[in-house]
Amino acid sequence: MTGEVMSQVPLITVVTFLPLLGAFLIALTNPGRVRFIRTVALVTALVDFAVCVPLLAGFDVSTPSVQFVEKHAWIDAIGSSYHVGIDGISLFLVILTSFLTVLSIGASWTSITHRVKGFMVSMLILETGMIGVFVSLDLLLFYIFWEAMLIPMYLIIGVWGGPQRIYAAVKFILYTLAGSLLMLVAILALFFIHHGNTGEYTFDLLKLYGTAIPGGVELWLFLAFFLSFAIKVPMFPFHTWLPDAHVEAPTAGSVLLAGILLKMGTYGFLRFCLPLFPRVSLQAVPAIAILAIIGIIYGALVALAQRDVKKLVAYSSVSHLGFVMLGLFALNTQGVEGGILQMVNHGISTGALFLIVGMLYDRRHSRMMEDFGGLWKRMPVFAGFFLIVTLSSIALPGLNGFAGEFLILVGAFMKNAVFAAAAAVGIILSAVYMLWMFQKVMFGEPRDGDGEEQSAAQKHGSVFFDIGARERWILVPIVVLIFWIGVWPGFFLSRMHASVDALLETVRNANAAPVESVEEAASRGLPTLTRQLMHGGEEDSEGASQGASQEVASAMEPDTQADEGGE
Amino acid sequence: MGAATSFSGVSDMGLLAAAPFSAVVFFAIVVLLLDFLLPPGRKWVLPLVSLVGLLASSVLVTFLWGREVVGFSGAISLDRFSSFFDLLLLLGTALVVLSSFFYARREGIERGEYYSLLLFATSGAMLMASAVDMVVFFLGLEILSVSLYVLSGFFRDRTVSVEAAVKYFVLGAFASGFLLYGIALFYGAAGSTQYGAMQAMLSSGGDAPTLLVYAACALLMVGLCFKLGSVPFHMWVPDVYQGAPTSVTGYMSVVSKAAVFAAFVRIFGTGLAPVQIELSKVLWVLAVATMTLGNLAAISQTNIKRMLAYSSIAHAGYLLVALTAAGRAGYSSVLFYALAYAFMTLGAFGVIALLRREEQEALDLTSYSGLSTRHPLLSGAMALFMISLAGIPPTGGFFAKFYVFSAAVGAGYVDLAVIGVLNSLVSVYFYMRIVYLMYMKEETVGIEAPPSLAARAALLICVLGTLAMGVFPSGFARLVASSVSAIF
Repeated sequence: MTGEVMSQVPLITVVTFLPLLGAFLIALTNPGRVRFIRTVALVTALVDFAVCVPLLAGFDVSTPSVQFVEKHAWIDAIGSSYHVGIDGISLFLVILTSFLTVLSIGASWTSITHRVKGFMVSMLILETGMIGVFVSLDLLLFYIFWEAMLIPMYLIIGVWGGPQRIYAAVKFILYTLAGSLLMLVAILALFFIHHGNTGEYTFDLLKLYGTAIPGGVELWLFLAFFLSFAIKVPMFPFHTWLPDAHVEAPTAGSVLLAGILLKMGTYGFLRFCLPLFPRVSLQAVPAIAILAIIGIIYGALVALAQRDVKKLVAYSSVSHLGFVMLGLFALNTQGVEGGILQMVNHGISTGALFLIVGMLYDRRHSRMMEDFGGLWKRMPVFAGFFLIVTLSSIALPGLNGFAGEFLILVGAFMKNAVFAAAAAVGIILSAVYMLWMFQKVMFGEPRDGDGEEQSAAQKHGSVFFDIGARERWILVPIVVLIFWIGVWPGFFLSRMHASVDALLETVRNANAAPVESVEEAASRGLPTLTRQLMHGGEEDSEGASQGASQEVASAMEPDTQADEGGE
Repeated sequence: MGAATSFSGVSDMGLLAAAPFSAVVFFAIVVLLLDFLLPPGRKWVLPLVSLVGLLASSVLVTFLWGREVVGFSGAISLDRFSSFFDLLLLLGTALVVLSSFFYARREGIERGEYYSLLLFATSGAMLMASAVDMVVFFLGLEILSVSLYVLSGFFRDRTVSVEAAVKYFVLGAFASGFLLYGIALFYGAAGSTQYGAMQAMLSSGGDAPTLLVYAACALLMVGLCFKLGSVPFHMWVPDVYQGAPTSVTGYMSVVSKAAVFAAFVRIFGTGLAPVQIELSKVLWVLAVATMTLGNLAAISQTNIKRMLAYSSIAHAGYLLVALTAAGRAGYSSVLFYALAYAFMTLGAFGVIALLRREEQEALDLTSYSGLSTRHPLLSGAMALFMISLAGIPPTGGFFAKFYVFSAAVGAGYVDLAVIGVLNSLVSVYFYMRIVYLMYMKEETVGIEAPPSLAARAALLICVLGTLAMGVFPSGFARLVASSVSAIF
């Protein structure tokens, strides 16, 4: 019964566009009615989060195919349609987006006081854009969401950010666009290649999967997509926009930047780079893994050197996202699932860290570690939350970070033990900088500020008054999730499993299909040929393969895989 | 279709082809005469009558939509292509007239000549879009240009305006000379000035096109590129755009440019189609130079009209990309782009025309600082136009660029597409600077935006058009595709 009702409601469309409706409603409101505006924004975000519940409940664990699909004609002439849906990879990212938006709006309740209307409109439009990116199954539609959400984020950083906000906002938008504009050309090229192969004009992602791309061209297309996503992730050495944007953005902006926008990059790799360009992706594994490891260690080392708490958290993101990338490009079940789980974990933990930094900033109007100290006594409730989040970020067993990072390390180890060992150094470093930061802020002598903070100090007895009900309500759901994922990661992993396996299967099959001529393959000697003989053709589960002679090769043997694919 | 063929024998059908722009000419004369009869306080009737004229002409065009009539011994063609451009040009002129209601009165140029010249210019532009003969095309171009020479100098007591007019006139006359010389050479080569005859001549003879043809092409291209403001014939654009009345600047950058592109598509798509491959090499270079110079020069501008002047050069460059790509996809994208560009550019100029600071037009970029606090709606609209000009979705500007680059990639010009998107990236910087000034800077004192209903109506149309083309481009794409298919 409920299933029938649910299938009639276009859930994905509702989840995606409900925030836009809220934004529209707010836009019509008198800017003076601040309380009403905040309430509408929060209610919209909450309802949107509530709509995610049937998504999670109705999600079929057993199938890898895309669910809750909606497809409507949009631009027929070029075969682009409004095609949305979710699978095990995007499910949790959609939920995470609506979850973090609720928290961000809650966190902005008192800290955003000027131009509240514009802020809430931007937040809700941003939410539509972010969810749109995760649910789009049409390349053009995806690209539109991908770029459209830059504008609200640009405004959030630039209007409500810190002292260097304009520099940060411009850097953010130019960096991100630099990558995505080249991706647009690559999308167009793919579109025409697919047309050349099949005679059909389409931007439908599921149809474009498995497009046979000439060897040399595939590399260029991959690079264009890679650049776009690598900037977004951000991978070393494309990360320089991140510290500026994260530090200057208001708390809500930082939470969404770290929690969601960075995930768009990693999600892009999973959804687009791997299945669209499987051969080059596989060849690129060593390079990407090395960049990821550099990111892990470099990010951690730079985080160690920070005195600004927010900058420290920003650089820790570079490090954590390096883990995610390492997991994804391990190209085995453990690594990819760990990577996706870690995407969610990072969204929760780092989002929470930014919220906590925001709470500290609201009190002291500073983010420098030397301005804090002794909070353990002054803010006992806050201290408890902070400790849990800190431990989650350094992946203490039993908390969410451990589940993700452990799986990633297992995946990386199966691929290459050296990679795993190098990455493990990052975990140690993360414990060093996080605990060091925690110690500086929470222990030692309290340092009350002077000047403007004194009024608050007189009211509450200290600048560092403990968190109130609103702030607790923001942190409680985070802590619940931290424990939930930490203790029972299976709940999440089981929902990813089918989709992840199907994705890996696609990559393997595509790599098995020969692009090089038979003579070339033969001249390479036995390994390729034997594998072709040993395995029969296996249709990939998305049904999107080109159906050339296929065979299954183990993607877990980097040495023999890396030289496949040819020119 | 059936009706068209059954009527085609009748001799007065030529008049039908000329009807849309004749209506505009008629109303231009009416406005001119009415000007004498109206007392000074009643001048607001003039724009109203102009609007009626534009509306009447568009009704006529809509009524004739789909008919194919070639009149005046094969000199003027009424088809879906010309009808599309007629509607576009009429719409553009109507938007300019709407924003002139207030602007012209405030700046003291609310005279009969102003509106009647606008209408005359539009009739010339429409003639260019429907011309299938070089001489008629030239006629249209001169009607348009001469009207614009006068209009750009309409602030008789302002030096910049007069300078703009003289500059435009001298250089424009020079370019017309090139054009005319090119047409003469064509006549020498083909024995006719009709596009169709040219095509027949070029494709029939088995031997390669002669030097004469190439010389004619070169001269023709010089003339057209000047009118487009394409590099290296762009020098006049910033000065003229800056000096001319703001409403006229908007008109020049949209209506006159669209008309030139309409003629460009007709000439290159039909008359010169057989030598398209060779011409594409030249167009490639022009496109790259125009895009790059326009965008790079726009970065350092401090006057918003100059900035938009360079931006319009850059947009001409994107359109040249589409012309390089040629083919049905390329030419369709020109039409789509022209429409989207009309909405966003006229919107931007509409906002500029409305604002005023310290008893002067607010042309300095810094005037826009903090505009959003006092005028949230206006700055919201301006932000949308800037985002659209930068080509960021979901706006008409994005799909305009999308179709252009898609045509380029489809025709094998991936390099052009890459250069084009990199140029877009550069342009984001200076377009978003307006957004940044409006939203992230402290308010400057004394900027005012009078509540003019007509101007706001024009802005509303521009906003809706920009958004509609960005969210539901399908209908527009079908429209331009069917329009282009009329000339192939």
